[in-house]
Amino acid sequence: MAKGYQLSREKDGTIRLSGQLSLPQVPLFLKEMERIFHEENQASFKIDLTDLEGVDSAGALALAQLEETGKAIIKGMTEEVRRVFELIDRDTIHQPPLHEAEQRTPLFESVGALCIKMAYDFVTLMTFAGELIISLPYCLFHPRSLRWNDIFRNMKRTGVDALPIVGLLSLLIGLIMAFMSSLQLKQLGANIYVASLVGIAIIKELGPMMTAIIVAGRSGSAFAAEIGTMIVNEEVDALTTMGFHPIRFLAIPKIIATAIVVPLLTLYAMMFGILGGLIVGIIGLDITLTTYLRESLRVVDVWDVTTSLIKAFTFALLIAGVGCHRGFQVSGGAEAVGEATTSAVVTSIFLIIVADAAYAVILHYIG
Amino acid sequence: MEEAIIVENLTAAYGDNVILTDVSFRVLRGEIFAIAGGSGCGKSTLLKYLIGLYRPEVGRVIVEGVDIAQADDDTINAHRRKFGVLFQSGGLIGSMTLAENIALPLKETLHLPSPFLTYLVRAKLGMVNLAGYENHYPAELSGGMKKRAGLARAIALDPAILFFDEPTAGLDPVTSREIYELISIINRGMKTTMVIVTHDLDLIFRLAHEVILLDGEKKGIIARGKPEELKSFTRDRRVQAFFQRDTR
Repeated sequence: MAKGYQLSREKDGTIRLSGQLSLPQVPLFLKEMERIFHEENQASFKIDLTDLEGVDSAGALALAQLEETGKAIIKGMTEEVRRVFELIDRDTIHQPPLHEAEQRTPLFESVGALCIKMAYDFVTLMTFAGELIISLPYCLFHPRSLRWNDIFRNMKRTGVDALPIVGLLSLLIGLIMAFMSSLQLKQLGANIYVASLVGIAIIKELGPMMTAIIVAGRSGSAFAAEIGTMIVNEEVDALTTMGFHPIRFLAIPKIIATAIVVPLLTLYAMMFGILGGLIVGIIGLDITLTTYLRESLRVVDVWDVTTSLIKAFTFALLIAGVGCHRGFQVSGGAEAVGEATTSAVVTSIFLIIVADAAYAVILHYIG
Repeated sequence: MEEAIIVENLTAAYGDNVILTDVSFRVLRGEIFAIAGGSGCGKSTLLKYLIGLYRPEVGRVIVEGVDIAQADDDTINAHRRKFGVLFQSGGLIGSMTLAENIALPLKETLHLPSPFLTYLVRAKLGMVNLAGYENHYPAELSGGMKKRAGLARAIALDPAILFFDEPTAGLDPVTSREIYELISIINRGMKTTMVIVTHDLDLIFRLAHEVILLDGEKKGIIARGKPEELKSFTRDRRVQAFFQRDTR
């Protein structure tokens, strides 16, 4: 049907179409008809299709629309053309939509809806936390109910597989911090304090925080996507109908695995962060290995490391909990899974920072 | 009658795993051609070669005059607009309404005036008995409705060939018959060539003019012909087992 149509005029003004009118020619045909209607300013035109060899549905619809607007009276349809016209149910074209199209919401209404959504989100998060609080002790007192293989698999995915990226980023952060601080401290002749600064920052704040953010990006999102996809594929419904508790079956192994590996990853990140500082100290500041380590140990004690590991444990619970919760919230299709994944990362990072701030205040008063 | 599709000595494989060997057949323009066979016999793989998702390394696949193995990517992309595909799950884009899904290929290919585009989209939805559903999202539809909406999108560009991957899989008999009806109406009205991958016997006997039967063990075609002939006259046990099974 690529040949195209030809348009000719008869003495009485009738428009005669020949050839074939198909989708690629429809835009040109409509333009040409518009020009004729505009130039000749007549109420209606006769369109003769006797010589038209064929149309596709788009061609037939173009003619049908012209007829409906009253600008054209169609005559001389061949059997071939009529068969295509019969495919079109003109009554249904004008049937009003069952749903109204989505309208842009006014600003205040959007803000209100967002507030309601956040409040609802908080309620569902608390409900989920409540279910976890009930499920966790149950699993701890009934260890046989736990899927240990799943726990080990998640420990590998969340912990072992994250070792290269956590190590590399921590090393670079240690390097950058040491390098930047040395530029200032050198001027005061206080090079040795580079070790203290890097040690305190890495062990008290950056170690747990960086590790948590990396795990949130890698594993929190993966938990949300995995559970979300299972919901879309009705796998969670299948588990429920088989008598499994979805939270115990899917969320608890992930939470336990994350709670075990994140503190260990944090220790690992701390070592690499200090190693980064040490490299700058030895190469750039002429500090010896023993001096650097002694200075680092002088400012950091076991209490600091312990509180950081407790923080890391809290962050782990937040990351895994939020990831699973967002996964369970999925309804719909692929788009909802994408939203849940993004939301899992954003919410986790937000809660990690809030929790870190809370820890900073609490630890300040505890001493 | 001219041929719309020519497949010659095609060997289909995933790496070393050979799925089909030496497959040859021809599809005539305007006919409904069924590719049948049990699960895992290579039906869907063959379809992917026909729609140009896989390029043949051994053998030839010529669709509407274009040799899929020889053509460059741009030619294949332009060529794909000549055919529509109805995927097993409908293949609708979840973040778009039905109207947007159907308008997508039209907007991409042509500059149609907006009122006509709306008119055309509504007409296509009407053709598949989904009038009024233009603002619905795919997630709001049942399985059968998704397939019908997928069909509306597949016929958006008035393609010369329509490919169907298991169009009635997972549908109840009533909805399946609605799909048969639609396929038949479009074939008769627009003379569209149709290639249907299926193991639905009811569909084959009601609609197909010609059928080939693939076999997983032989890795190729074990029977070809008109469905009724294959059912009545074959002596091959595998063909008998497929065509004479009770589907009540």
